[in-house]
Amino acid sequence: MSERATALAGQGNLPPATAHQFDDAVQQHEASGLGMWVFLLTEILFFGGLFTIYTVYRSLYPEAFGHASSTLDIELGTINTAVLIGSSLTMALAVHTAQVSRNGRLVALFLFATIALGSVFLGIKAIEYAQKFHEHHVPGPFFHYEGADPQQSELFFCLYFLMTGLHAIHMVIGVGILGVLGVMALRGRFGPDYYTPVELTGLYWHFVDIVWIFLFPLLYLVERHT
Amino acid sequence: METAERIDPPARADGGTNYLNVNYGVRSWLLTVDHKRIGLLYLGSITVMFALGGFFALLIRLELLTPAGDLVGPDTYNKLFTMHGIIMVFFFLIPSIPATLGNFLIPMMIGARDMAFPKLNLASWYIFIVGALFTLWAVFTGGVDTGWTFYTPYSTVGSHTKVIPVAVGVFINGFSSILTGLNFIVTIHRMRAPGLTWMRLPLFIWALYATSIIFILGTPVIAITLALVGVERAFHIGIFDPALGGDPVLFQHLFWFYSHPAVYIMILPSMGVVSELITCFSRKAPFGYTFIAISSLAIAFLGFLVWGHHMFVAGMSPYAGLIFSFLSFAVAIPSAVKVFNWTATLYKGAIAFKAPMIYALGFIGLFTIGGLTGLFLASLGLDVHVHDTYFVVAHFHYIMVGGALMGYLGGIHFWWPKITGRMYPESLARIAALIVFLGFNLTFFPQFILGYLGMPRRYHSYPDEFQVLNVMSTAGASILGIGYLLPFCYLLWSLRYGERASSNPWGATGLEWQTPSPPPTENFPVTPIVDVPPYHYSEEEAVLV
Amino acid sequence: MTRDDHAGARHDHVVPLPIYFGVFVTLLVLTGVTTAAAFVDLGRLNVFVALTIAVVKASLVLLYFMHLRYTARLTPLMVAIAFFWLAMMIMLTMADVVSRGWFTGALG
Repeated sequence: MSERATALAGQGNLPPATAHQFDDAVQQHEASGLGMWVFLLTEILFFGGLFTIYTVYRSLYPEAFGHASSTLDIELGTINTAVLIGSSLTMALAVHTAQVSRNGRLVALFLFATIALGSVFLGIKAIEYAQKFHEHHVPGPFFHYEGADPQQSELFFCLYFLMTGLHAIHMVIGVGILGVLGVMALRGRFGPDYYTPVELTGLYWHFVDIVWIFLFPLLYLVERHT
Repeated sequence: METAERIDPPARADGGTNYLNVNYGVRSWLLTVDHKRIGLLYLGSITVMFALGGFFALLIRLELLTPAGDLVGPDTYNKLFTMHGIIMVFFFLIPSIPATLGNFLIPMMIGARDMAFPKLNLASWYIFIVGALFTLWAVFTGGVDTGWTFYTPYSTVGSHTKVIPVAVGVFINGFSSILTGLNFIVTIHRMRAPGLTWMRLPLFIWALYATSIIFILGTPVIAITLALVGVERAFHIGIFDPALGGDPVLFQHLFWFYSHPAVYIMILPSMGVVSELITCFSRKAPFGYTFIAISSLAIAFLGFLVWGHHMFVAGMSPYAGLIFSFLSFAVAIPSAVKVFNWTATLYKGAIAFKAPMIYALGFIGLFTIGGLTGLFLASLGLDVHVHDTYFVVAHFHYIMVGGALMGYLGGIHFWWPKITGRMYPESLARIAALIVFLGFNLTFFPQFILGYLGMPRRYHSYPDEFQVLNVMSTAGASILGIGYLLPFCYLLWSLRYGERASSNPWGATGLEWQTPSPPPTENFPVTPIVDVPPYHYSEEEAVLV
Repeated sequence: MTRDDHAGARHDHVVPLPIYFGVFVTLLVLTGVTTAAAFVDLGRLNVFVALTIAVVKASLVLLYFMHLRYTARLTPLMVAIAFFWLAMMIMLTMADVVSRGWFTGALG
C-alpha cells in the first residue's frame, strides 16, 4: 500500500475494496455507471406511459387542456423550473468537486445546496397543490370546474396531479439519498479515487430535472396567449 | 483454459467443496449473494407458483368437462381463469428461465465469478417473493375476476374483487424483473472473460440479452398502467373513465405495449435453450450462428411494435389495425429464421435422443404450430372470427406451454448435472417427455377446433355440441399433469440417488462445462481465456458418455 | 468489451467548470424564452416551439451535466434507443387515436 493510502487508511478514508466479482476498480466503476443508466432508461418508459396518455388526451381535447392549463400559476412554475435547474448545477458541482479534490466539506456544501433547492421546489409545489385544492380542481368527488368542458378539464387535472406527483415522489427520494451522501461527504468518504455514489445520484437527480423540463411546458404553457 | 479438447475429469465420490456444501443453514441460503444459490431460490419459488397456477387450470378443465356450469358458478369461474393467468404469466413464465437458468448460467457461460450486482440479485428474489405474497393474499381472500388483462372500466369501476392487492403484487414483481434485466445487461456487457467477444457468446446469452432489453423497456409501462388502475379504483381519479372523456382502449394500448413484448420475454430464453440443446445433441455448430444471434435482437425490436393485434376488435381504428397486422407478420420472420436454422443444424448431425433433445424437438414442432396460428390471428379478417375464442387460447398455449415450458424443462434436464452434480434417470425422463408431448397435444389441439367452431373463451358453460372436444382436452390435461409430476419426482429423487455427474457429461462446448459439477462458489479457480469459436464440435465427435 | 480492455488507472473526464456555468445560464435563458414564447400566438407552432426548446434543454443536461458527451458509445446508444421506443409507443397509439374517425364504411 502506498504511504498516502496508509495515511488515509488511518482516517478510515480508503475507498471500498473492489467487490469480489470485479477484476479491478475500473471495471466496478464502469459497471456501476452502466447500471444506473439502465435504471434511468426504465424511468424514461415509466414516465413515458403518462406522457403517452397526455399526448392522446391533449390531441383529443385541445381547448379543455388549454384553459385548464391557464389556471396553473405560471410564475410559480417558471420559478420552480429555474430552481430545479439551479439544483442541477449544484449537483454537478458536487460531483466535480469530489472528482478533483478531497474537500469533503465543499462536496457536502454543494449536496446540501442541492437539497435546499430541491426543498424549495417541493415547497412551491405544495403551495400550488394547496391553491388547486382551494379552487376545487383536485380530481375526484369534490372536483368542481367553473369553465367549459368540466369533464375533459378534470382529465387535465388528473394528468397534472399524476405527473407532478410522480415527479415529486422521485424528488423526495432524491433528497433523502442526497442527505445520506451529504453526511458521508462530511466524513471524508469521497475523493478522486472514489466518488461513485455522488456521480450516480447526480445522474438520477439530473434525470428528474429532465422530466420537469418536459412537464413544465406541457402542463403550464398549453395556451397562454388568449 | 477452453481448448479444442474438452477435459472431463471423472466425478469425485464425495462431490468436493462446491457452492452447495460450502456452508449450510437457512441463513446461508436466505442471505446468499451467490448467483447459483439465488437461481435455486427462484427455482423453488416458481415451482410453487406453477403448482398453484396448475391447480387453477385443473379446476377450469374440470368445470369444462360438462356443458353446463355445474362445478362452479360464473363469478368463481371468472376468478379461476384470472388467477390461472396472472400466476402463470407473471409469477411463473416471465421469471422462469431468466431467473433460474439465467441467474445460474450467465456468469458461468461468460467466465465470470458472479453477476455484476450480486446483492441486487438477491434483492430481486425478495422483491419477487413480496409481490407473490401480495398476490397470494388476494387469491386466498377472495380472488380477482377481471381476467389477467385487467381491462377497464371493469377493473377500475365494475369489479368488486381484490384488484388493488393483485395490481400491487404485479407492480412489485415488475421491479424484480427490471432489476434482473439490469443485472444481466451490465454483466454481459462488462464481465465477459478475455477473448470472449460478442460473436463467440453462446446463443443462450444472446437470447437472454434480448430478453433483458424487453425487461428494461417494457416492464415500466405495465407498472405505470397498473398503478393508474389502482389510483382510479382507490381515488376515483379517472384516466380511463368514459364519463370524463377518458378512453378504455387507451388502457389496452398501454397494457399491451408491455404484455405483448412480455410473451417474447417468455419465449426468447426458451429459444436460447433450444439452440444449446440442438447443437449439443447433434454434435454440430449451429447453422447460421450470426443469424440466430441477431434474430433474438430482431424479435425484441419488432416485438415492441405489434401490440395492437390484441385490439383489432376493441374499437381501435382499422387503419392502425392495418399497421399492426403488417408488423405482426414481420415479427414472424426472425422466429422462422430460428426454426429454419435449427432444422438445418439437425441435418446430417449425430442425433442423440436424450431427454433434453426430446424437449427441444418437441419445442420446434409445437412452437411452429403456435407461431403459424399467430399469423391466422394477425390477419384482420380472420381475427374478427376467432378473437376471444378458444383458437386464441390454443395459440398461446402452444407457444407458452408447447414452446416456452418445454424449453424450460429441456434446460432444467440439460443443466441438472451441472446444477446438482447428479444425473437424472434417463429412460424415465424420456418417457416423461413423451407423456408431456402427447398430453399437451391432446389438451390443446382440440381447442383450435373449438375456437374455429366458435366456442368463446372465458365462458364457464358452452353449447352441448362442443362437449366431445372439451372432454378430450380435459383428458389431455390430466395426462399432461402426470407428465409434469414425473420430473418433479425423479429430479428430487436424483438429488440423493442419482448417478454422480462429471464436469461435462454431455461433451458439450461452453465454459460452464469446464468446471466441476456442482461448481465451486467462485465458478472458475482461474479466469478462463477464450480462443476458440463457439460450438466447436469436430466432425469425429464421439458418441456421448 | 471484455475485461482486458481496461488495464490501468481511472480515466474519467473532468468537465471544466466554465462549461457547467455556461450550460446553467443557457438553461435559464431558454426557460425564460419558452415562457415568453407561450404568450405569443403562433397557432399550431406553439407546442412545436415549446417542445423543441425542451428537447434542447434536456440535451444540454444529458450531454454536459450527465457527461453523456464524454461517455463510451454504448451509453448514448442505449439512451437513444429508450427514447426511440417511447416515441414508438406514442406514435403508434396516436396512429389509432387520430385515425379512428376516418372509417366510414357501411355503418358510418
